[in-house]
Amino acid sequence: MTIDWRELVRASLPALALTALLVAIFWLQPRAMSYQGLNLLLNLSIPIVFATLAQMFVLTVGDLDLGIGGFVTFVACVTVTWLADAPLIGVLILVAAIAGYAAVGALIELRNLPAIVVTLGMSFVWFGLAVIVLPSPGGRTPEWLIAAVRLRPPGIPLAILAAIVIGLLGHLLLMRTSMGVVLRGAGGNPRAITRAGWSMLRIRMTLYALAGLMGVLAGLTLAGITTSADANLALRYTLLSIAGAILGGSQFTGGRVSPIGAVLGALVMTLAASFLAFLRLNPDWQIGVQGAILILVLALRALLDRVAGER
Amino acid sequence: MMTSKTLLAALGAVLFSTTAMAEIATGDTSGMRIALSNNFAGNSWRQAMLKSWDEVSSQAVADGIVAEAPAFTTAENQATEQAAQIQNLILQGFDAIVLNAASPTALNGAVKEACDAGVVVVSFDGIVTEPCAWRIVIDFAGMGSAQLDYLAEKMPDGGNVLEIRGLAGVFVDDEIHSGIVEGVETHPQFEIVGSVHGDWTQTVAQREVSGILPTLPEVDAVVTQGGDGYGAAQAFRAAGRDIPLIIMGNRHDELTWWQEQRDATGYETMSLSIAPASAQVGFWVAQQILAGREVPHDLLLPTLVIHQDELDYWLGQTEEGGVTNAFYTLEWTDQMIEAVAAGESVPPTPTAE
Repeated sequence: MTIDWRELVRASLPALALTALLVAIFWLQPRAMSYQGLNLLLNLSIPIVFATLAQMFVLTVGDLDLGIGGFVTFVACVTVTWLADAPLIGVLILVAAIAGYAAVGALIELRNLPAIVVTLGMSFVWFGLAVIVLPSPGGRTPEWLIAAVRLRPPGIPLAILAAIVIGLLGHLLLMRTSMGVVLRGAGGNPRAITRAGWSMLRIRMTLYALAGLMGVLAGLTLAGITTSADANLALRYTLLSIAGAILGGSQFTGGRVSPIGAVLGALVMTLAASFLAFLRLNPDWQIGVQGAILILVLALRALLDRVAGER
Repeated sequence: MMTSKTLLAALGAVLFSTTAMAEIATGDTSGMRIALSNNFAGNSWRQAMLKSWDEVSSQAVADGIVAEAPAFTTAENQATEQAAQIQNLILQGFDAIVLNAASPTALNGAVKEACDAGVVVVSFDGIVTEPCAWRIVIDFAGMGSAQLDYLAEKMPDGGNVLEIRGLAGVFVDDEIHSGIVEGVETHPQFEIVGSVHGDWTQTVAQREVSGILPTLPEVDAVVTQGGDGYGAAQAFRAAGRDIPLIIMGNRHDELTWWQEQRDATGYETMSLSIAPASAQVGFWVAQQILAGREVPHDLLLPTLVIHQDELDYWLGQTEEGGVTNAFYTLEWTDQMIEAVAAGESVPPTPTAE
């Protein structure tokens, strides 16, 4: 078996991009090269990592989730209201929300609907529910949650530790178990999976439930970091999670995903904004350049995919 | 040179410690760095605000008051992005952050982290609720009630009023509206006969006012929120109605129209809004805190009111297509801090002589 160097470059793109960004940031801002520095630089990445994994689970069956930003916002709003005031009801709402996600998966499968339209519709539902739960900015995250995201494990900042653990768990689940093979196969070749006796309905519901679980974790950690919420809190996560997952090696066509790549992609998306801030660009330019970097990275990804495909 | 400066600083420190809050703090801030964290740059008001910040900061750097004071704007108007921006500013070692916040609450985590790292956080316009930060609050409700006070002075017998509101669901719209309601309670001879949402945009205001006009009795006055007075005037003209007293909102087109009408028919009204240079007050408050002054955490900023006799001056201070702006100095900020600390009303918007 020969080593396919193009495949290797493709797989290591997120790691290379992350390394390049870190080196550039440390060079621009040596203060970042410390425990406290890395903590400040990366602590907002934890919810983005969860949201990106949620997106990746949906991408696994070849769907696209345009509702994840609204969902994370909704969860954050529940966290600062119900979960703080009546924990039992709060937990029930969050469990129901995950079930709701699975139901969306079932609806898409049963009615054969385009996921992009259904999830776009759901994004307005989640946003509407968030406004009902928290009509004006405020609320207070439960203290235990604030304490949890402010943990200072010795030697390694929480965000990095979390990224490693989440990445490895995702990798084990999706790449190293027989269930993972079936889930991925459902995106790659649904007909073969159905012929082998697996239920596409159950597979889609499982993946959407996993996405819902990741979305809940993203909302909880985000509310822990911000200590309160508003109904526009995480709408940007939809774009960030798609960009992070694609940068990390997932494909829109489904079947081909990489949990570790997605985690690295999420970190790159988090750091790209910091990098621009450290560059001291004129505010008028910062806005444009951030979008340009996003397009550049995704174009590079597409180019590598095309090169790898021309074997 | 160096010694005299140090002496002066020492003298200032002594003066400061003896007279407590009554003096401008003269502690040395020449090596310190202040950042502006801004959440949005997409309209003329914010553009003017960034320009005002640039004016005050480049002058302060040239005068050796601070080492640097750059502005940072997030790409999208999102709290998560601004929280990351604030954390980056802490990392970059800024001594103070002047903040126009995307959310009054969702940045509290990042603001607390800044305070814990010893960074002074001063919020203005879009303020934050975290207690460790300073707030320069704009009296939006006062902006509403002041309009009714003016009308009561002009028309003691009262009359029918049309209200043009802003963007539905936005905090500022609610605040100004509550001030107008309060003003009508104080002056019950006025009655609100109609209300539309003009979204602070002339074209929207014109369309909405045109729509409601046929249903209204004679209108004696129009109360507004800014960016809607010119559109309202156009709607009245198109309907062939007499143009009532329309309160203006310091936009260039509104003031120009008012000037034309004044010269042609002696039209009288008033105009009021917030000066984008409020960022400069944020700068000076941060500088004063860094210099060692005790500053109350909740400060107030007056609205910029234009009366009939000042129209020509203020129109000269207004860029075409923009909003009337002012220039806030350290001395003015000092007076404002003192007034707030003493519980008195804040000084009016400064004019250049």
